[in-house]
Amino acid sequence: MRPDFSVLLLTTLIGAGQGLFLALFTVQLYALAGLLPQPSAHAFYAHGSLVALVVLGGGLIASFFHLGRPERAWRTAAKWRTSWLSREVIVLPAFMGVVLLFGAAHLTGWKPVLVSLPSGLAIDATVALGIVGTVLAFALFVCTAMIYACLPFLREWASPLTVVNYTLLGGASGFALAAAFAAMVAPELTRFLAGWAFVITLLGAASRIASLIRNDRLKPKSTLQTAIGIKHPRIVQKSMGFMGGSFNTREFFHGRPDAVLRSVRWVFLLAAFAVPLTLLAVGWSGAPAGVLVVAFAVQYVGLLAERWFFFAQANHPQNLYYQAVA
Amino acid sequence: MTQLALVIDLNVCVGCHACVTSCKEWNTSGSAGPLADLHPYGKDPTGAFFNRVQTFEVGEYPNTQTVHFPKSCLHCEDPPCVPVCPTGASYKRAEDGIVLVDYDKCIGCKYCSWACPYGAREVDPERKVMTKCTLCVDRIYDQTKPESDRRPACVMACPTSARLFGDIHDPDSEVSRTIRDNAGYQLMPEWGTHPANHYLPRRKTPMHIHEDELARADNPLKVDGLLPKPAKSEPSLDDVMSW
Repeated sequence: MRPDFSVLLLTTLIGAGQGLFLALFTVQLYALAGLLPQPSAHAFYAHGSLVALVVLGGGLIASFFHLGRPERAWRTAAKWRTSWLSREVIVLPAFMGVVLLFGAAHLTGWKPVLVSLPSGLAIDATVALGIVGTVLAFALFVCTAMIYACLPFLREWASPLTVVNYTLLGGASGFALAAAFAAMVAPELTRFLAGWAFVITLLGAASRIASLIRNDRLKPKSTLQTAIGIKHPRIVQKSMGFMGGSFNTREFFHGRPDAVLRSVRWVFLLAAFAVPLTLLAVGWSGAPAGVLVVAFAVQYVGLLAERWFFFAQANHPQNLYYQAVA
Repeated sequence: MTQLALVIDLNVCVGCHACVTSCKEWNTSGSAGPLADLHPYGKDPTGAFFNRVQTFEVGEYPNTQTVHFPKSCLHCEDPPCVPVCPTGASYKRAEDGIVLVDYDKCIGCKYCSWACPYGAREVDPERKVMTKCTLCVDRIYDQTKPESDRRPACVMACPTSARLFGDIHDPDSEVSRTIRDNAGYQLMPEWGTHPANHYLPRRKTPMHIHEDELARADNPLKVDGLLPKPAKSEPSLDDVMSW
């Protein structure tokens, strides 16, 4: 498949935004339980939510560049019963709305207590919003990943590992962003967030490498024999029927040599995992904030490369019909 | 239930592309608006087509067969492109099984084309919406046309009658009988899409030559040869006749 930059930006940016929100709410839960010092609501939660909204909004804007008719985008909410894309389009704005409310509640200090637990913990409105936001964040990871994982004949994508990867990689970049953000506004949380970013990045590396191994072992189910229905071991295409390009020759081929694919694979393994893991470890041990900012930036670029590879590696069965111009 | 479909006979297709050009001609002049046709005389002509004829070589020289393979939307009975559409622009008609795109609802997200294993859908580069074969839905129900013309443009154009059109759910239709009698098959059955369009395989055309066809029993020349031949000593006509 041809990687479309708008989709690369959409999936990586909203992943980071979801991860950042999950990091903010994790800190709030830990602080609620007394395991972490309570940061300044104004500086950490409200501004953190703003950063998450900016990142999510960037992804949302990028997604419009993928559409041929963006002015009709409102129609996409129609088929949520059958289409994962439709579900994503519903969950993304809903999640952004909850992040906005979460940030606004922290900014204004609007925290009416909803429930008091027997242990004395007060569950206020921001916690309730955080729980709703967490559910939506995970639902959004599932929706985004299932857009790809639900297509059975794109076999590189059709795997539960796709959902795991989207969740872990989004979470990793979001926690790395949270660690860099905390290093600037709430240094007492830096170690906690950098530590979690390290752990999630490590898990993400494991699941992404697992999917690389799985995809290397895939054998194509569709062949030229099933594509044209002729039982003969040697079939060669002599003509695809036209000499200028068409949608079929542009949309489904990345058009780069295999060497590029192989090097992008190494680039993303280094930039999305190896380098950020090192920098996060350095940041965890108390390096200046700049290290964590670089860690997030390098990982984000690495994840763009990872997403590029994710698309480029997927081999669509329609390509069997477009092997030779003439 | 009706399921309209094409049956394409690979045994008679000669790869002339008449179905491609007549499809483009009909569908670019229809009420749905023109199909893009960009730089038709330039270096890189491109555009949207609903139908293509491809050519494959089967076997190894000298035992090769050239197979011309017309390819268009197969109007699957379980179309994977329909449920993924977020707007409902892509749909399958209940009354006749044709898979269609509502060009006014399509947002051009291309997701349905990813979900089609056959590459049967093409984005129109000018209108920016997904387009595909309609089985000439604006033609086959046109009451102003004579009955014999209410068939898809590609079927009308085929000079060798390699394309048949009809209802594959009606067991007595021409297409159903042809599929049964001539081993009609579906493309990529491994994905469970149940394409409505069927293809008929190449067939050997056997020719039996009997002994009596090589030497005819009733050949008049041979019959003459069987008549008794007078011996040299017997009187000839000259002996009888005296001038």
